[in-house]
Formats: sequence, structure tokens, C-alpha cells
Amino acid sequence: MAGTDEQEAAFYAIVDSDGRIEPRDAMPEAYRKTLIRQMAQHAHSEIIGMQPEGNWISRAPSLRRKAILLAKVQDEAGHGLYLYAAAETLGVSRDHLLELLHTHQQKYSSIFNYPTLTWADVGAIGWLVDGAAITNQVPLTRCSYGPYARAMVRICKEESFHQRQGFEALLTLTRGSARQKAMAQDALDRWWYPSLAMFGPPDRESTHSDQSMRWGIKRFGNDELRQRFVDMTAPQADVLGLTIPDPDLRWNDERGHYDFTQPDFDELFRVISGDGPCNRQRMEHRVAAHTEGAWVREAAAAYAAKRAKRAEAAA
Amino acid sequence: MSEQSQLVEYALRLGDDALVLAQRLGEWVARAPELEEDVAMANVALDLLGQARALLTYAGEVEGAGRDEDALAYWRDDRDFRNALLVEAPGGDFAVTTARQLVFAAYQYELYERLRSSADQTLAAIAGKAVKEVHYHRDHATQWVLRLGDGTEESHRRMRAGLDTVWPYVDELFDADDLTAALSAGTAPIAVDPAELRDPWQAYVGAVLAEAGLEPPDDVPARRGGRQGLHTEHLGHLLAELQHLHRSHPGATW
Ligand SMILES: [Fe+2]
Ligand SMILES: [Fe+2]
Repeated sequence: MAGTDEQEAAFYAIVDSDGRIEPRDAMPEAYRKTLIRQMAQHAHSEIIGMQPEGNWISRAPSLRRKAILLAKVQDEAGHGLYLYAAAETLGVSRDHLLELLHTHQQKYSSIFNYPTLTWADVGAIGWLVDGAAITNQVPLTRCSYGPYARAMVRICKEESFHQRQGFEALLTLTRGSARQKAMAQDALDRWWYPSLAMFGPPDRESTHSDQSMRWGIKRFGNDELRQRFVDMTAPQADVLGLTIPDPDLRWNDERGHYDFTQPDFDELFRVISGDGPCNRQRMEHRVAAHTEGAWVREAAAAYAAKRAKRAEAAA
Repeated sequence: MSEQSQLVEYALRLGDDALVLAQRLGEWVARAPELEEDVAMANVALDLLGQARALLTYAGEVEGAGRDEDALAYWRDDRDFRNALLVEAPGGDFAVTTARQLVFAAYQYELYERLRSSADQTLAAIAGKAVKEVHYHRDHATQWVLRLGDGTEESHRRMRAGLDTVWPYVDELFDADDLTAALSAGTAPIAVDPAELRDPWQAYVGAVLAEAGLEPPDDVPARRGGRQGLHTEHLGHLLAELQHLHRSHPGATW
């Protein structure tokens, strides 16, 4: 914000009354930067997240599951599109944001640096990863920045659909053969703690939280959201007949919540800083797709320019 | 061959074309030149997969041996697949894929447009739904042929190479044989005579290529055999990937 006191007062008046900041409203520069960073990271997560699931499109075990998975991965690409478009309302281009991703200057969710080793991982991602994403994102539908909030409304609807589909895919496995059930349990064993880590470090170590709360970008702390996710998911694991890999997980009547073991935050920081099982693979894949597609994008731009020129000459 | 088994065979030809191409297009997802194309490729693949499921399901019903869409997709070997060779070739670069999409969608459009009036009500209904989808596929491919043909020098060169790659597989799409002759004879035909589709296909594709500053390759020796189960080496690999998990768990429900 070019920083007049009136503008700042107007901004906080909107935020404090739970209103929406729109692209043309004045806003503090730090608010704009924080939003761009968060929306970009969110968009990057959507498109990188296409890889671990896309890994199973060719091998899906029935044509029905193949169709569901294709549609899901297509949705994630669509989420990427909405989010890049929402970020563009703040004056940054998608190309620029992709450049920042490709040069490791912006990040994506650490969860997608884990491999999808079996078909059950596709179900586990839908159930746990989309489930965690919803827990994180439903509050964002009330985010103070209008375009982001509106994008989240649409995205959250689709994510909850994905979550139910993932659960249903796992339920089919746990009601199937012993090998299928073992596959489902193994997937839960591998995806549980990385999913808990999706909520970020504990609030006492979280660097951006207070400011984001003040700006109405963040509504709840990481620990509260993580608890909410565990409370939602633990009973669902019972329905599936699967065991969450946490011997200390149990309902606490006094607190009205499940007690549970925290994820390994050292591992989270290692994965965020590049040392996860698939970081390098995901980025190489993304950069290769982008690089190999450069001539196509150039051709489309050249063609559009030629057409505009012809239209001008004809006019 | 009884009329019943002719109908099964015909539905398999159409269904296998759609299934194998859906599998190829799925390979582009998370790999496309831009995000809009990830969405578009998935969209086209989904439409084709839907067509394949309807056609294979119907083939199984008419056959009456208890085979459903998955039994037909996952438990037949490559010699039993009836798709044209065009759809099984590897996707190549985006120009090869674009060339194939134009060739195939333009063919499928003319086919389904006519199959809507099939005397077989199920085929007519499947075609009626599919023709709308394929109209979009053809349009999408057309836009890209124009962009690539009339874009940059590199895209023009690649687009020409893409056409060269897929052209040997064009003729097979329009091959008539005893089966299509039998099913497309009479006053209330079940099938469409593929040879009938050649002229309208040519008119559409020729116009698109001309507008894009491209020419159809000529004097290309034609490759054929898919309808008889004589495929290229590529199909075996495609099916190995498609079928492996399903076959590793015989009898399982997914
Ligand atoms: Fe998403
Ligand atoms: Fe999702």
C-alpha cells in the first residue's frame, strides 16, 4: 500500500469486519506478498500433486477406477488453474510463478515428495491427503482476500468429493482379499504421519501464523487443524478396519479429542528443504514437461500474434 | 460368423480404438506443454474411456459369455485386440499426438455421425452421445494443428514430421472387410461402411491442413492388420502396463 493512514485504516476496517479485500483495494505490501506466496505454493502443490497419482492412471485396476482417477487428476490441474488465476489478480503472472517453482524459490506441499508404491496409495492420498487439504482449506473459503476465498469454495467441493472417493477405494480393498487389505494397511502406515505433517510445524514454531491471523488469511492454528483432522479421521479408520500406526492414539473423554503422536517435524523440515524420497524426481519431471513444451507455447503465441496482425490488416 | 458374433466383433473394434487411445492420452497427464492441455488431454481421454466402457460392456452382453468391460479390457491378449494400429503408436511429441488426434477425431466424428442411425439401438445411443464429445475433440485438434502448422518454423517442421509419423496408419481406418460389408448391408444397417467415411474425412482434414499451411504426406506405404489382431510391437507394452495389476489379483474386486 502506498501507505497513507486512511488506506491502512480502510484495509483493516474491511478485514476486521470480516469483509473481503478485492484486487483493486489498497492493501499492505506485506499482505500482498504473503498472499502471492501462499497462493503460489498452493497452486504448485496442486500441479505437483498430479504426479504421484498420475503414476497410477495407466495401471488402474479397473476401467471404472481409471476413469475416477483420470477425473481426479484433471480436477487437480483445474485447481492449479484457478489458483494461478487468483494469484494473477495480484499482478504476478503464472509464467513467473512457475519460474520461481522451477528454480526452487517457491515450494509445494511436502506430502507430494513421497512415492505412490501401490494402488492403495491412490486411495490413501484421496482419503488422507485430500482430507487434510480440506481441513486446511475450508477456513480459507472465508479468507480476507476475495479471489482466493472464492477459488477455495469451488476447490473444497471437489476435494471433499476426492476424499470420499479415496475412502471408498480403500473400503473396497479392506473388504477384498487378504492381499488387498494388506495393501491398504501398508498405505495407511506410510501416509499417516506425512499427512499429519501437512498441517505444518507446531504453532509455537510457526513463523508466519500470527501475522496471517491478523490479516484474516489464516483462521486457526496448525495444532488445532491437525487435531481436527485426527478427530475426523480416526473413526473413519475404524470403519475401514485399518489400524492407524500410532499406539498412543486414543479418545480422551476429558479433552473431547483424540490423543495422538505428533509427526516427526525434523523429517518434515528435511523433506521441505529438499531431502525427501521424491523431491528431485518431482522437480525433474515438472521442469522436463515445461522445457519440452516450450516450443508448443511459443508456437501458440506466434500463431496468436499472426492472427491478430491479419485481423488488424483486414480491419 | 453369426450375426451375433459379428456384432461383438464390431463393438470390440470401436471399443478397442477408444480404450487404447485413452490409454495413450492418459500418458500426457502431468506432462503436457501447459496446464490447460493437461486438462484437455484428461478430458479427451475420459470421453474415450467412457465410450470404450460402453462399447466393451455391450460387446460382452451380446456375446453372452459373462464377460464384462474389465474382463474384455484386462484379460484379452494383444492378438485378441481389434483396434486400428493408429491408436497404439507411442504418443511421440506434442505434434505427433496432435496429428493423430486430428486424424482420429475426424474419422470418429464421421463414423459416429452415421452410426447414430444404426438399426442397433444400443450402438445408436452410444454414437449419439459420443458424437458430441468427438466434435469437441476434433475442434481441439484442429486448433492445435493450426497453431503448430502456422506458428513458428520449429512447430511447422515438427507438425510435418508428426503427420509423416501417423500417415501410414490412416488407410486402415477406412478398410472395409467381410464383417463391415455384412453389417452395413441392407436397408436397416447396423454398422457404417468405413470406406464411406473417407471422402468426408478427406474434405475436413484437407481443409484444416491447407489452412495450417500443411500438406498431407503422399506416397506413404500403408500399415494395417489391427482389425485382425496383427498389431505393432507397441501394443504388447501398452497392455502389459494396463493389465498387470488387475491380472496380479485374479478375481479381485476393485
Ligand atoms: Fe486439489
Ligand atoms: Fe483433490
